[in-house]
Order: sequence, then C-alpha cells, then structure tokens
Amino acid sequence: MAEAKEKILNIENLDITFRTTAGPVHAIRGVNIDLYKGETVAIVGESGSGKSVTMKAAMGILAGNSVINSGTIEFSYKHEDGTPEKVDILTKDKKWIRRHINGKRMAMVFQDPMTSLNPTMTIGKQIMEGMIWHFKTPRQEAWNKAVELLKEVGIEDAEKRMKNYPHQLSGGMRQRVVIAIALSCNPDLLICDEPTTALDVTIQAKIIELIRRVQKERGISVIYITHDLGVVAKVADYVNVMYAGKIVEKGNINEIFYDPRHPYTWGLLSAMPDLDTDDERLYTIPGSPPNLLHEKPGDAFAPRNRYALVLDDKAEPPMFRITETHSAATWLLDPRAPKVEMPQELKNRIERMKKEAMANGSRL
Amino acid sequence: MAADYKGQPILAVEGLKQYFRVSSSFTVKAVDNVSFRIYPGETYGLVGESGSGKSTIGRSVIRLYDPTAGKITFNGMDISKKISKSDSKALRTQMQMIFQDPMASLNPRKKVEDIIGEGLDIHHAYSSRSERKQKIDAILAKVGLAPEHSSRYPHQFSGGQRQRVGIARALIMNPKLIIADECISALDVSIQAQVVNLMKDIQQETGAAYLFIAHDLSMVKYISDRIGVLHLGHLLETGTTDEIFENPVHPYTRSLLSAIPSPNPVLEKNRTAESYDYRTSGLDYTKGTDHHVSGSHYVKCTDEEFQRFTAR
Ligand SMILES: Nc1ncnc2c1ncn2[C@@H]1O[C@H](COP(=O)(O)OP(=O)(O)OP(=O)(O)O)[C@@H](O)[C@H]1O
Ligand SMILES: Nc1ncnc2c1ncn2[C@@H]1O[C@H](COP(=O)(O)OP(=O)(O)OP(=O)(O)O)[C@@H](O)[C@H]1O
Ligand SMILES: [Mg+2]
Ligand SMILES: [Mg+2]
Repeated sequence: MAEAKEKILNIENLDITFRTTAGPVHAIRGVNIDLYKGETVAIVGESGSGKSVTMKAAMGILAGNSVINSGTIEFSYKHEDGTPEKVDILTKDKKWIRRHINGKRMAMVFQDPMTSLNPTMTIGKQIMEGMIWHFKTPRQEAWNKAVELLKEVGIEDAEKRMKNYPHQLSGGMRQRVVIAIALSCNPDLLICDEPTTALDVTIQAKIIELIRRVQKERGISVIYITHDLGVVAKVADYVNVMYAGKIVEKGNINEIFYDPRHPYTWGLLSAMPDLDTDDERLYTIPGSPPNLLHEKPGDAFAPRNRYALVLDDKAEPPMFRITETHSAATWLLDPRAPKVEMPQELKNRIERMKKEAMANGSRL
Repeated sequence: MAADYKGQPILAVEGLKQYFRVSSSFTVKAVDNVSFRIYPGETYGLVGESGSGKSTIGRSVIRLYDPTAGKITFNGMDISKKISKSDSKALRTQMQMIFQDPMASLNPRKKVEDIIGEGLDIHHAYSSRSERKQKIDAILAKVGLAPEHSSRYPHQFSGGQRQRVGIARALIMNPKLIIADECISALDVSIQAQVVNLMKDIQQETGAAYLFIAHDLSMVKYISDRIGVLHLGHLLETGTTDEIFENPVHPYTRSLLSAIPSPNPVLEKNRTAESYDYRTSGLDYTKGTDHHVSGSHYVKCTDEEFQRFTAR
C-alpha cells in the first residue's frame, strides 16, 4: 500500500434532510468518513440508516426533495497532466460533476440494478457508452473492452450477451453488468452499494477477487456498502457502523469484529446467522429503528439498548477514542459510566472466532 | 415445521421446460426438465448460482410465461394450460410472488399504501376506509415500517425498505403459496431475521407454503424444510435440509456449500472454496436421471456418476 497515505475522500459533518408530505425526514445527522488511496472501507448498518444517501451525496446525485443542511465532501484527484486537484462536491453543479467526476473518477454500483440500467438499450451499448463519452475510445476498442469486462464478471457467452436487453438477464447478471459499467472507465474511487446481494457465493467471490485485483493493479480506493458481514470480513481494511444517520463506531476490521464497543454493533454481530447453531429463532435487535420524522434528544439507539444509561435520553454521546483507529459513540465509554460487558453469547462467539483464526495459523 | 406431507401437494411441477429464443442462433434453456413438489405449510428452498433459472421457475409458476413444456398443478388444478378468467383471479390472490428487483416491480407513480392495498381493493376486502388503513398499517408494522411511510412513493425509500414494501404487498392477502425471490437479500441481518421470523409466524398461523429462492445458504438452511439445488436449468439434487447439508452428493452442491463465507475476518481473508466447472467436470446433465440416496434425498446423474459420487 502507499507509503505516505494520500487522502482521497473526506466527508465532514454531512447533514441531510428530505422533504416529504408527512414532514421533514432527517436522514443524515453529521456523518464523518475518510478514505485513503488504495484502501477499502466498509459501511454497515441497519436498513434505512443512511448508507446509500451518504454515498449518493458524494456522487452528487441526491433526490430532488433533499436539503443539505451542512457539511463538506472533499474529493482529491489528479488531472490528466498529473496536477493534483481537490474539490468540494457539494459546491459543484450536477453538470460539472457528470462531466468530470461521475463514471470517470468516481463510479458507483447501485443497489437496485434496474434503476441504473436503461431498459431500452442493449447492455453492450451501455457498457461502451462511458468509455466513448469520457475518453473518445474508438468503437471497436470499446466493444472489445466491454466483452472482456463481461467475461471478467463471470458472464458466459459474453459476445452474445452484449446484444441482450436488461430484462433478458437474470437479477445477478444485471448486477454484474452494472459492475462492468462501473469498472469500464477505470475510476479512482469505486463505490459499491450492496454489489453482491443478488449473487451466489461463488460468483460473489469472483467479483470480490476482480475488484481486489483491480485495486492492487491500479491502487484505487473502494467503499463497500453491505449488510453482509461475511463480505466485510473478506474485503475491508476499515469499517464504519452506521445507525440512524450517524456513524456510531469505526475501527479497523479486527477491532470491529473482535473488540466491538457500541451496543448496536454488538446487536449487529449477534444477529449474524451462524451455521454452527441450531436455534429455532434468529436473534433480532429488539424494537424498530427510530422514526426520522420525529427526532428525540439523546442517543438515537437508547430505546432499543438494554445497556442504556439515564444520560442517553438527555444527551447525544460524542465519539470516544479507544485506539488510534477505533472509536465509538456510546456513553458506556465515558470514564464515569458503570462497567458493562457485551452479551455473553457474543463473547463466546468472538472467542470461538479468535480460536479458529489462531488454529489457522494467523496472529491477531 | 408443521408441513403436511400426507395430503396432496399445493404445487406440483413436472418436467417443466422454459426456453427463450433470443436470436436465430441463440436459445437460452433457462429451465430444463425440472420437477418438484411443495406441500401445504412447507418451505422449499431453491438455490443455485446466478442465471441458473431460479427466477424463471418462479415466473413460470405464476404464469408470467407460457411454459415451453411440462405441467404445473396448483391446489389440484392444472394451471399450465389456458385458464379461465375466474380461475385466474383466484390464482392471483392464492399465489403471490415477491420479486427480486423491487424497483422494477413496484409502480413508481403509486403511493405505497395503494401498492400494498391493491389486492384488498380488487377483492373489496374491507368495509371502510379506516379498516383499509388499519390493515395496511398493521402489515407495514410487521415488516418494520411506520404508518408515515404509507404516503411515500417507492423511490423515496432505502433499498431494504423497498424490498419490505414488496413483502408486505404479498403477505397482506394471506395467500396459500408465496414465491419469495431473493426477498431478504437487500436486508441487513437483524431485519432479515425479523422478516424470516415473521414469515415463519405467518406460516404457523395460515399454513402458507413458501418457494424460497435465495443464494444465501445460511438463511436457506435456517428457513427451509427441503432444498432443491439448481444449476444451468437442471435440478441436480433435492432433499431435506439436513440431508443436503450433512450429505451433499453432487459435486456442484458440494462446491456451493464449501463457498459459504464465515463472518471471521482472519479466516475469510485466507480461504478458498472448492471449485467446480461444468465444462471440465465431464458431466452431462441432460443424460442424468433421478437417483435415490436416502429418505427424500435424490440426485440427478447417470448410473456411473452416481457410483462415483457416492463412493467418496
Ligand atoms: N427521496 C427520499 N425522500 C424521503 N426519504 C428518503 C428519500 N431517500 C431516502 N430516504 C430515507 O432516508 C433514510 C436513509 O436511506 P438510505 O437509502 O441511505 O438507507 P440505507 O442505509 O442505504 O438502507 P438500505 O440498507 O435499506 O438500503 C431512509 O429512512 C429512507 O427512507
Ligand atoms: N425474458 C428472457 N429472455 C431471454 N432470456 C431470459 C429471459 N429471462 C431469463 N432469461 C435467461 O434465463 C437464464 C436464467 O435466468 P433467471 O433469471 O431464471 O436466473 P436466476 O437463477 O434467477 O439468477 P439470479 O440469481 O442471477 O437472479 C439466464 O441465462 C437469463 O439470461
Ligand atoms: Mg441502501
Ligand atoms: Mg433471479
């Protein structure tokens, strides 16, 4: 990896509201994320916690009913002649972003492939489009590269498939076409929003391998949004855990998996299905996510947190630093807080995972 | 679970073929000679790699396509032929499909309350506006959404919330068979668990049967009574969940099971799965016939292949 770490993306204090008929929805409430060249960061968190909206903001493609209350999204890149540039995406208009950033320097694989594919255009054309538009790649060359990409994402009969329309492909094939489109213009930053949800494990492994190879060859940075902690375990250097529009815990991969500190992260890890147990019912985090229409003071997770302190209902906890790389927003980390341990079952499970890892000859 | 294997199956699929002619030189045999049965109250898990024909089977069963060949019997009625208007209407409530791509299956111009309430509206399943609203709010709550969500449009949701709108729409009519196509794949583990627990509860209450299409084997293992393994349009192996997980016979099934990721970063970063490639495997799926392994466990292969697979 790079010797002197180069920061490529820096999201600071991002705060976004959506206007709806039922009232304003405060979806993003002060998000900070940074990402260095060549690194892989995962964003995990409950459905509706704000993962996709955060990244759509970075791509400059928020929905029309959004209001950005505050924040900066600094993206660093190099011009063709090598001179460095740093821009705040939030100050740029859509047209500029489309010309200079989207697809070319920052590419996103969307969660719902049908929303980013054009149903009336063959998939071949759609993969070639970006190369031709951004780099004036000759048609034949773009065609060849598109076929090559289709093969790389594991689509058989690639030449024949070039002429297919999206509805003629299976769900997972469509998802892979979107990945091929994202890789077609060699972006510096690849944002993958649930890139492998519709894929079986073998093809998932292939895609992850492909992204990792591209990353090694070209030193690009990758953001993975995923709920699949198996994928996170495989790819991520760092993990951000999001809850109700905020990052509540961040750390390197081992810190999050083997030494989680936020009760929400405990819940998330406990809810992972485990092939070694035969429980009749799966564990779920009790209660439901907060209604972002009606904001309450204090820690948004408190109502669902069996370790909540009185203070949690009054004041929002700041990020407490645990190590250089690890921090979490929970009052449990305040020196005055009573000492609370993670649930015993999770503790046992982590112990078991550590043992398995050791038995496999790895140091933690 | 409380699956009823004694009576007649709720769904019987026999020799189903679904071919797509894409061009004069390219025909996709998406589903090739597939047979299986699902009994009332049962959950049948359908697994297999991307493009293996899982969604196509679901779509053929709810008659979005005319099958190329084969017979589909639902609740004792042959539905693979032309069906009358009234049968078709009954079918549309008794059989529901939760689609893989929620954005493509939800009408973007309709509010969520009207999407979910559509079935209620068609069948006049309420006596007042407030009863309708109450039913919709109740099902929204069950899938973890709030009443305020009902006045939003599909694009104003997160991916997982949208998937749950599709689930709510299918569940509200209390159907006899639900085809759930990757219906929890976009959900985080906690909400996955909530939805799966909900589906189990509803099954207990109403005796609904599920055709549960998924690639996530740990979830399939958890929810299914029996499993079918599909590859390149062929149903290669079927049996109870225990039979498949404890004694996978077909090499494709074995590779599939060995690839299940574990949520342990140190292990995961060093692991490689058992590989399988049909082209170099020397197998010919079209020559296979069903071979009995034990109980309800069958493998589709030739006699010679069967000897080889079981000699291990
Ligand atoms: N256009 C919109 N109008 C109103 N609310 C919106 C809009 N887009 C998103 N939201 C809301 O903002 C919140 C965050 O959405 P986001 O899509 O970022 O969630 P997510 O973390 O990606 O979840 P998932 O895992 O389900 O995809 C959700 O509660 C969602 O309902
Ligand atoms: N309408 C269609 N026209 C042409 N080919 C089609 C059509 N629908 C499906 N196919 C093809 O049939 C095959 C099986 O597709 P299907 O959608 O059933 O796969 P799947 O098992 O659901 O995969 P996934 O897990 O990726 O969703 C694929 O090769 C696909 O391209
Ligand atoms: Mg999302
Ligand atoms: Mg499918």
